[in-house]
Amino acid sequence: MKFTEIKRHLSKFRVGIAGAGGLGSNCAAALARSGVGTLVIADFDIIEEINLNRQFYFCDQVGMLKTDALKENISKIDRNINIIAHPVELTRENIPLIFSGCDVMVEAFDIAVMKEMLIETVQLSLPGIPLVVGSGMAGWGNSEAIKCRKIDEFLWVCGDESTEVSEDIPPMAPRVGIVSHMQANVVVEILMKKLKISF
Amino acid sequence: MKIILNNREEEFDKEPITVSDMLEVKRFTYKMRIIKINGVLIQKDRYDETLIHSGDNVQMLYLMSGG
Repeated sequence: MKFTEIKRHLSKFRVGIAGAGGLGSNCAAALARSGVGTLVIADFDIIEEINLNRQFYFCDQVGMLKTDALKENISKIDRNINIIAHPVELTRENIPLIFSGCDVMVEAFDIAVMKEMLIETVQLSLPGIPLVVGSGMAGWGNSEAIKCRKIDEFLWVCGDESTEVSEDIPPMAPRVGIVSHMQANVVVEILMKKLKISF
Repeated sequence: MKIILNNREEEFDKEPITVSDMLEVKRFTYKMRIIKINGVLIQKDRYDETLIHSGDNVQMLYLMSGG
């Protein structure tokens, strides 16, 4: 299948991204380049210099809301991608409202407690929306430990599922990049399967 | 009884067992996790009362900070 046909198909879909840090910003860029039509992105954070070691932002964007900067950066890749930005803190209450209508969702938080909250909320309150989680990507090297696991039709996990970020094991561009692109790859796979159904 | 735990067969001495029993027997102590039984998410406050039966498909996912 030609890329123009793939892009035309992917342009019909809406993907939700919870968090616009290392996972969310890079995953969003990969999905935009692939041609996903609408991205719903939620994050209340502001860009700090330390984020530039792995997140898809630039020096002159320090101090900006991540959602504003990501919208700007994605429009430089493809100005036809529709970005629906929510600069709010995600909670059990607002997640179902913000992400209802999405075809697939990406969990892109950094803190484990938030990951747990999002997974529980999406699986219980937004049934039928597949969720792609990132878990375990701290440090460097050990690429072979990073994998993608399908738990069931509605839950996938990408990462090594074992390394946790700490002061001595920081998150860095290569491993965070691998996991965020694995998540994007699962999203594309899920959406491309819908092509077969439509025939 | 035999169950499937993360795509592997696991054997337990009695049936049924609660989710909390399973975590104790298997010494799964890391707290940040998601558990699904036959595709249904089990919330943390239900671990003591939710039963696992023979043949159940139990999936466990550890959540690591970082992103």
